[in-house]
Order: sequence, then structure tokens, then C-alpha cells
Amino acid sequence: MTALGMALTGFLGAVFDLSRPGHYVSWGFIQISVANLIVIGLMIVVFVAALLIPFRRHGRGDQ
Amino acid sequence: MSIDTEHDDLSQENAGGLPQDAGQWTAKLRRSAVEAFPPDRLMPDRQPAYVASWIYVFGVITLAALVVVIATGSVLAIFGPSWWHTSSTGLFVNSLHLWSVEVFFFAMIIHLWGKFFMAAWRGKRRATWVTGVVSFVVSVGAAFTGYLSQQNFDSQWISTQAKDGINSTGAGALFNVTNFGQMLMWHIMLLPLVVVALVGLHVLLVRRRGVVPPFAVGARAKVSDAAVEVGADDVGEERLDDEDAASEKVEERS
Repeated sequence: MTALGMALTGFLGAVFDLSRPGHYVSWGFIQISVANLIVIGLMIVVFVAALLIPFRRHGRGDQ
Repeated sequence: MSIDTEHDDLSQENAGGLPQDAGQWTAKLRRSAVEAFPPDRLMPDRQPAYVASWIYVFGVITLAALVVVIATGSVLAIFGPSWWHTSSTGLFVNSLHLWSVEVFFFAMIIHLWGKFFMAAWRGKRRATWVTGVVSFVVSVGAAFTGYLSQQNFDSQWISTQAKDGINSTGAGALFNVTNFGQMLMWHIMLLPLVVVALVGLHVLLVRRRGVVPPFAVGARAKVSDAAVEVGADDVGEERLDDEDAASEKVEERS
């Protein structure tokens, strides 16, 4: 592994420590991992962005 | 089917079949297939104007991710677990397989949300909606058996955790999640076949019925070949077919 690869691995390992138990959010009978919660949040963000961001249109000259 | 010994050289005119063969099942099947999916509908050059929105791209992203899933899974099947666990190339392909599945589900769920909120089952599109929902459910099973087929501690943990849930449904005797061979066969044979078949049917139905129009088209659009206007404020079920027909005339370069 190159020095850059080792540095990147070390950095990511420090940020995302997969050797320890994951973090969970509990709300009543609902329990979900923070990782899954982030993914769901990202999906909602992308969904709203897909509705709001204008789509680049082209080839409208013949309409 | 009869053997034609007198017309070996079928010309362009009779390539669609000889008149005397019109009653054969092959001719009937071909006619019904061409009627249902004429070439310009099966592979259209243009889409309705309302498709120019980012919310409509997530179905295609899901399809593209599925292609990568199948391709990388095929490579993993060729070389096997010892390769994908120990070789750097194997780890890379294994990661591609995992992350393409992540993209597949990510895009499919946004596609599902989009279609749910625009009630995509309108206008005789019930079968399109149902095949999409069923392929989502089967895909969950395919992903689950994939986690069981990793051949590592993670898969052992998941299988022993899942067995109680499966057993509580009474299906444990038939579907044994701790049986690696069975789970692997489900993952690489049965479930991919079902998913690909359902997705193929889903896409064909989209081609047949067209992309569902939004509830209200914001701006009135000019029709390219006639002065027909769309832009319904209230799209009722009875109007939907007419609106679909009108929308199909509102085209834009894709």
C-alpha cells in the first residue's frame, strides 16, 4: 500500500471506526442505527432536490 | 409450424409472414407482440415534455445499478469466495458489487417515493406499479441472501440472527438461512432470475402504457403537430387516457 493509501486509510479509520459497536438511536419501540438514519436522510434530501432543481432542457427549437 | 420449402428466400414484402400461415400460433404471437410493442413505442426517440425533471431519472439509475450488480456478481461467481476475500482485485469487485446494490436501493426507493406521490398507477398502469413493488420486495430478498453468502463472520451473525425471525413465520424448514449452499443458490440463481424478469416486465409495461403524467402540467405546452393544448388543472381518471394521448404529442428531444 502506498503512503497516500495508508494515510487515507488511517484518516478514514479515525473518522469511521468500524472496530467499535455502532451508534443507535432509540425512540420508543423504534431503534435504528445512525448509519441507516443518515442514508434515509440523504434519500430525503436527494428526493426533495430532484423535485426542486430544474432539469436542463435542450432541443426545444422545434416545439 | 410448417416447413416452407418453396419460399426459402423471404423478401421484405413477406417477411411478416405468408398469408396462408396467418393462423399459426407463431404468426398470432408475432402479430400480438408487434401490436403491443411497435418498434417506435418499444424504443422511442422522444419522451413527453413532463419527463424533463430529475425525479424521472431514478428509474434509469436503478436499472443502470442493476446492470452493474449483475455484471460484478457474475465476476464474483467465476472466481469464488477465496478470491474476493484475499485478492485486492477480488476485494475491489466485491466492493463494487456491494456499492452498486446500495445505489440500486437508494435510487429505487426515491423512484418509489416519486411514483407513489404522483399516483403512478393511474391510467391503466396498475400492472406497472405492481411489478415495481413486487420487484422491490424480491430485491430485498436477493440482498438478504447476498449478505448471507459473504462467507465471513458478518454473514454468520446475520444468519443466526435471522433464523429466529424466519422460523417464527414457519418458513424455516423450507428456507433455512443457516444453510449456506441453499442461500447461495437463491442469491445467484433464483432471485436474480425473478428480479431481472420482473424488472424486464416493468420496463415493457412502462413502454406500453407510457410514463405517467404529473397531476397538473404547470405550463401550457404547445403541441408540435397540432394546436392541442394540455395543462389540466384537474386530472380525473376518466380524462387520463385522453391526456396521455395529448401528452404523447407533446414531445421533446430526450
